[in-house]
Amino acid sequence: MDYRVEPFALSAESARRVDDIVARYPQKLAAMLPVLWVVQEEAGWIPPAAMAWVAERLESSAATVQAVVTFYTMLDDRPVGKYKLQVCRTLSCELMGARRIIDHLRDRLGIEPGETTDDGRFTLQEVECLASCGTGPMLQCNLKFYENLTPDRVDALLEELRRREPAWSDIAPVIYERPDREAYEAMWPETRIQAAGREAPHRIEERG
Amino acid sequence: MAAPRILMQRALDRPGESHTLPAYEAAGGYRAVRKALGMDPVKITDEVKASGLRGRGGAGFPTGTKWSFTPRESEKPKYLVCNSDESEPGTFKDRWLLENDPHVVIEGMMIAAIAIDCHLAFNYFRGEFAYPEARWRAALDEAYGAGYLGKGIFGSDYDLEIVTHSGAGAYIAGEETGLLESLEGKKAMPRNKPPFPAVEGLFRSPTVINNTETLAVVPWIIENGAAAYVQYGTEKSRGTKLWSCSGPINRPGVYEVELGVEMMGFLEEQCGGLMEGVGLKGVIPGGSSVPVMTPDECRGARMDYEGLRERGSLVGSGGFIVIGDNVSAVDCLLNLAHFYAHESCGQCTPCREGCGWIEQLVGRVRDGRGSQADLERILRLSDAMAGKTICALADALAWPSVAFIKKYPQDFAALCPDPVDLESLAAVVGEHDHILPKAS
Repeated sequence: MDYRVEPFALSAESARRVDDIVARYPQKLAAMLPVLWVVQEEAGWIPPAAMAWVAERLESSAATVQAVVTFYTMLDDRPVGKYKLQVCRTLSCELMGARRIIDHLRDRLGIEPGETTDDGRFTLQEVECLASCGTGPMLQCNLKFYENLTPDRVDALLEELRRREPAWSDIAPVIYERPDREAYEAMWPETRIQAAGREAPHRIEERG
Repeated sequence: MAAPRILMQRALDRPGESHTLPAYEAAGGYRAVRKALGMDPVKITDEVKASGLRGRGGAGFPTGTKWSFTPRESEKPKYLVCNSDESEPGTFKDRWLLENDPHVVIEGMMIAAIAIDCHLAFNYFRGEFAYPEARWRAALDEAYGAGYLGKGIFGSDYDLEIVTHSGAGAYIAGEETGLLESLEGKKAMPRNKPPFPAVEGLFRSPTVINNTETLAVVPWIIENGAAAYVQYGTEKSRGTKLWSCSGPINRPGVYEVELGVEMMGFLEEQCGGLMEGVGLKGVIPGGSSVPVMTPDECRGARMDYEGLRERGSLVGSGGFIVIGDNVSAVDCLLNLAHFYAHESCGQCTPCREGCGWIEQLVGRVRDGRGSQADLERILRLSDAMAGKTICALADALAWPSVAFIKKYPQDFAALCPDPVDLESLAAVVGEHDHILPKAS
């Protein structure tokens, strides 16, 4: 990877934030994750040149920074949409209908998880447990949680997001009222259950 | 059952403002740390030891004992780290604490720091906790503003700084030595132990790492005394515990009850029972890493460290996941196998390879292409993973794998095109279920 394809520099304000962060730790390398957050907030992702910049600032190597960036799921080593929609797919959310929410987003956005819409507005991702298990299904849009989702609420959210520009500071969670029993039933996973004596259609998906 | 509220009362009394300094102090906050400043640090640790408080993050190790492992005299600085990397599937109680009562976590960290003679402490947040972290940072600013942190806290000659650290998305960073690596700016790969963090932890210095909930209990114990705390709970499981409840139940959420309550009563009274038309298939009581319990195992089970072990499961982090009879055990296990395969850090071979293979094998069964031989492969693989790696992530998939196949074999058999002989499958389960937790 060529880390020097283009020069990278942070704004003066972000550079000051980096100085403050580095000063808090007994060792420079410890500032790695918080500094990478500053970079991502400003650049939208962490380009190779930024990895080289961080490496120099923390007296490390670009390879080490890249290893860290690719280890953590929230750090992006490639451009993503303005809105990164990360739907929790782990057990408690799946039990309440996460699969249906992911399928709905796939249909509405016309993309598969991991992809970005052509207009660069939305990236769809499946992610692991976001500690909102009692209010699933849910998703994280950039750093903001939307909980107790239904397909209708997802539509309303997409509509709202098409109208406005993202702000990093907007993080207070939106926790909708709990859906009723019927709404859940429509989202529950379709599966074949012998033990319960009822047989629902089992959806067989080819696994890649 | 009247639920004592050591941790939740303040927030319930002052909804919408419990996270602020005035509300916390009006409820008696920051008295315990003033008391601790006047105590011999050894006495603070002794009091926490006497309370019987055990770590609420998962392992359940006695908190006071953990503190006492740090050397009294040390040439290197000593560090305290609060583990707010809450990522265990089914668990959201630390999020609740940080959003609703961040000052009690600050005060707990202060007291723990004084006990071990630490002057620089860290709170590590999972990267996805932007909002809980913002609440916490605001509380920390209030505490600094009031002179409760920094140079000479509360007018004493004790200096204490607390640094907030944001992670960036990695389940394994919640493992205590993985967290230390992450806090040092590296990939969150757990370390071999020994040396334990108490001797060689953050920046190779003596370090105590405690879960957020554990530290939140400490001010109450110091203020009211260990003797008051041991009145709650059972002989070996003292006090109360926060349970994060999810699944098809009528009242999901965080509940605080004494350790040792009966599980079906808890499911009815706190969780409001199952949603109409849904029967109970099982409960994963302590977060996704612990073995699932059947309704028979749930009935009469005491929700404490010994009681759940007797029923073949664990308290873990208290992530109480209720599974309805509207889903297949195969889907549950496939979901978890994907989680652990994704979250394995990759440094140990049994975990890196094993989690991925289990996911593929369960996926094959789910897709209607599996066989009894595949189920037996999953059992053998689980046995080859449990206890054979640097940290417990491999165990955390091995246990559910064996438990789900052992307890719901008919769900797996139903999806295999060729007949599965449940009797011979049970015999193979019997060769490998020794890896599951049991009464000690």
